[in-house]
Amino acid sequence: MTTEPAIRVQGVTKSFKEVQVLRGVDFDVAAGTIFALLGSNGAGKTTLVRILSTLLKADAGTATVNGHDVAAKTAEVRESISLTGQFAAVDEVLTGRENLILVARLRHLPNPGAIADELLARFSLTDAGKRKAATYSGGMRRRLDIAMSLIGDPPVVFLDEPTTGLDPQARIEVWQTVKQLAGQGTTVLLTTQYLDEAEQLADRIAILHEGTIIQNGTLSELKQLLPPATVEYVEKQPSLEDVFLALVGDSSRKDT
Amino acid sequence: MTTHVLGDTGVLTGRSLRHILRSPDTIITTAVTPVALMLLFVYVLGGAIQTGSDESYVNYMLPGILLITIASGVAYTSYRLFLDLQGGIFERFQSMPIARSSVLWAHVLTSLVANIVSITIVTGVALILGFRTGASLGAWLAVAGILILFTLALTWIAVIAGLSAKSVDGASAFSYPLIFLPFISSAFVPTDSMPGPVAWFAENQPVTSIVNTIRALFAEQPVGSDIGIALAWLVGILVVAYGFAIVIYRRKIS
Repeated sequence: MTTEPAIRVQGVTKSFKEVQVLRGVDFDVAAGTIFALLGSNGAGKTTLVRILSTLLKADAGTATVNGHDVAAKTAEVRESISLTGQFAAVDEVLTGRENLILVARLRHLPNPGAIADELLARFSLTDAGKRKAATYSGGMRRRLDIAMSLIGDPPVVFLDEPTTGLDPQARIEVWQTVKQLAGQGTTVLLTTQYLDEAEQLADRIAILHEGTIIQNGTLSELKQLLPPATVEYVEKQPSLEDVFLALVGDSSRKDT
Repeated sequence: MTTHVLGDTGVLTGRSLRHILRSPDTIITTAVTPVALMLLFVYVLGGAIQTGSDESYVNYMLPGILLITIASGVAYTSYRLFLDLQGGIFERFQSMPIARSSVLWAHVLTSLVANIVSITIVTGVALILGFRTGASLGAWLAVAGILILFTLALTWIAVIAGLSAKSVDGASAFSYPLIFLPFISSAFVPTDSMPGPVAWFAENQPVTSIVNTIRALFAEQPVGSDIGIALAWLVGILVVAYGFAIVIYRRKIS
């Protein structure tokens, strides 16, 4: 582990025509941690992820990923990252297995077939591996998408709203995957508009609002920003999510 | 990354060829319209058309039909490219360490393969309808070369359309004028039967010189100055379309 941050963003600005989307963003992400970028729609999360994954150039400021400048060393950055965008970027005509093999080949890895089989097993997609991705449910598609992103073990993974549009079980599956990743030393930068998602997953949370980071800290640091908790006695009602998950059980976590 | 250009292009071409194999209707629909046109012209309209030569009408109109086949076939290239851009897989490729040009070349090579298949089908049907030629191997190769150049030139136009389209319909709309162009050329009737300005346009647009060259090659006639004009048009269109496509692509990915 290096002490250098895996992602360093300094003074990044970006405008589209008249609209200033990013107004000077600064943050560091330590290697092997999960960093959540929290913000409402239109806060600039996706723009920032696109800049960090070399798809877009910043107007000003610098950003490095795994020690490489995203503007000057695009090839090295692309070797170090993987991006899972807001919409599952899978090839619907190909089968799940073929999608994985495609990415393994494009990353110039030996034994693409073995890599694909290993990932299908890890993401409980082995049975679905021979089916076209077009037939997958939203959760399976997202799992395949993330599996494709992990090929070649990139040290830095960007997940742009990984659970938007997923049902509760699929969300929990994605969360488990993300936790596993960080457990293996991968740095994860995740954007989300769900507060509970950031709370569940992130080592550090930054709140992006109107183009700048207005808060950046651990969950307990952020909680301390509010007045101290008062003790109240409230009858604990199960949330609708608890009820739903209890009713449908774990059975639907397999391939559907 | 340039060391991987060929390998990456090969992998991505394999991917889009697989798309075609899984939906062979794209090749069949490409071949059906020209075949229907051919039947229409041979059995309905052809009898009334005076071509001024003693060749059969199938022989006369096949070159134009082949160009129409290609013009409608390339629409699928812009369609597939547009879907890649829409679906997010394009961004996945762009964020991966793969050669940038491979993404476009894969679509171009796929278009070439698909159009060669469609043209083979259409030529096969023409043979059944009575198309005959004593063309030498050299002449056949020359025809193939011209058709490949034509496919490449039109495919790069399709790439421009696919990259800049805002909707699926927009992505393939560019092909309609291209499909129509052979009708205002020497492809189906001699240009001297047209009124002055139309004849002038027909004689000076690229399709006429290309059609005349292919027709001469099949009929074992000298190609004259037509082949020079045809090649100049084809290479010119190819270079300009390629240049524009690359500029638009660079703007898109930077």
